[in-house]
Amino acid sequence: MCTVVPISLTVGANRIVPTVAIPYPLGNPQKTPAEEKELRRALVRRALRALETEVHGQVVFDK
Amino acid sequence: MSTEKFKVVHYLNQFYGGIGGEDKADYQPEERLGLVGPGQALQAGLGERGEVVATVICGDSYFNENVETALSAILAMIAKHNPDIVVTGPAFNAGRYGVACGAVAKAVAENLKVPVVSGMYLENPGVEMYRKYAYIVETSNSAADMRKAMPKMAKLVIDLAAGLEVSPATHGYLLQGLRKNYFHSESGAKRAVSMLVSKMSGQPFTTEYPMPHFDRVAPNMPIADVRQAKIALVTSGGIVPKGNPDHIESSSASKYGKYDIAGITDLTVETFATAHGGYDPVYANQDADRVLPVDVLFEMAAQGEIGSLHRYFYSTVGNGTAVAKAVTFAKKIAQELLDDGVNAVILTST
Repeated sequence: MCTVVPISLTVGANRIVPTVAIPYPLGNPQKTPAEEKELRRALVRRALRALETEVHGQVVFDK
Repeated sequence: MSTEKFKVVHYLNQFYGGIGGEDKADYQPEERLGLVGPGQALQAGLGERGEVVATVICGDSYFNENVETALSAILAMIAKHNPDIVVTGPAFNAGRYGVACGAVAKAVAENLKVPVVSGMYLENPGVEMYRKYAYIVETSNSAADMRKAMPKMAKLVIDLAAGLEVSPATHGYLLQGLRKNYFHSESGAKRAVSMLVSKMSGQPFTTEYPMPHFDRVAPNMPIADVRQAKIALVTSGGIVPKGNPDHIESSSASKYGKYDIAGITDLTVETFATAHGGYDPVYANQDADRVLPVDVLFEMAAQGEIGSLHRYFYSTVGNGTAVAKAVTFAKKIAQELLDDGVNAVILTST
């Protein structure tokens, strides 16, 4: 899970989930704490789905 | 220049030394006067300027199983001849031979203070381990390259003996990872812009700082069902217990930390922070879940959405950390995760 996807692609990560921002990949201080946690939960769920998905090379899970 | 010939001592393994193959790999160090085997090609390249005065031969297995004993014997045999230059190999892609050639080079460079020339294939482990101590001419991965490799090595020997400037570009040896300061006639800014202009107009250009080599790993098979899986968290975002108990460096980290989060439901401003010096730490220090999502994974484990959250997370700082260092961290971390029965890892980076 990372914000700068081109770096993850360069270093060879295979399942990549794009995140929010460099200093807060899994949050957003502009949101309310409850909204922020929902955002984080959604991103983690996407990562879990990536772990359950068969890939044959680098895949960016952007939705 | 003096007309006296410079003196070369050559190091070979049991195979090139004419002793025998794998069955003779436990052969102990031995010294011969003059040249042996590939020494002929070396001598041919040196011509009248230098002379291979002695050859030291040692079996690859003996060397690697008895490094200290072998090295001190070999070093003594080499030192006796007061060489001006030492040549080891070439070892091509032979791993144990390459390591021996490199270790001999290091011992010679440190103790006798004379230059060492060797030859290896880029992926020979001896390159990574000893490139700083020898001028390692790049060879192909097969001994068939001897006739091309040896003249290059001999040319390098001649120029080093004469005290001439040598460089990877002019002499075909592998980068040693050593930095040398010098004055360039053009400023860095000007050179960078001309490189960019060349690149944009499709002209060839040579980078002054090649990117490190990143390896590729085939994707692992997916996990069948996250509801049955033990998930671990690993981060390069520097999340650590507040106070950074392991003193992980804010950049170019030399270590990683392993932290117990059993029973922790949320990372708070009082308990966790980031050690990372490469991004604004304000948001991670307020709530480290923004980098390491312990709070939601704890809830998901409690509600059965994942099997469990591994009780330890691993953390380091990715800022400027060398690829080689990261690889050593990863090997240890991955082995521990496997031993702990972890099925999948979520890696977060900043």
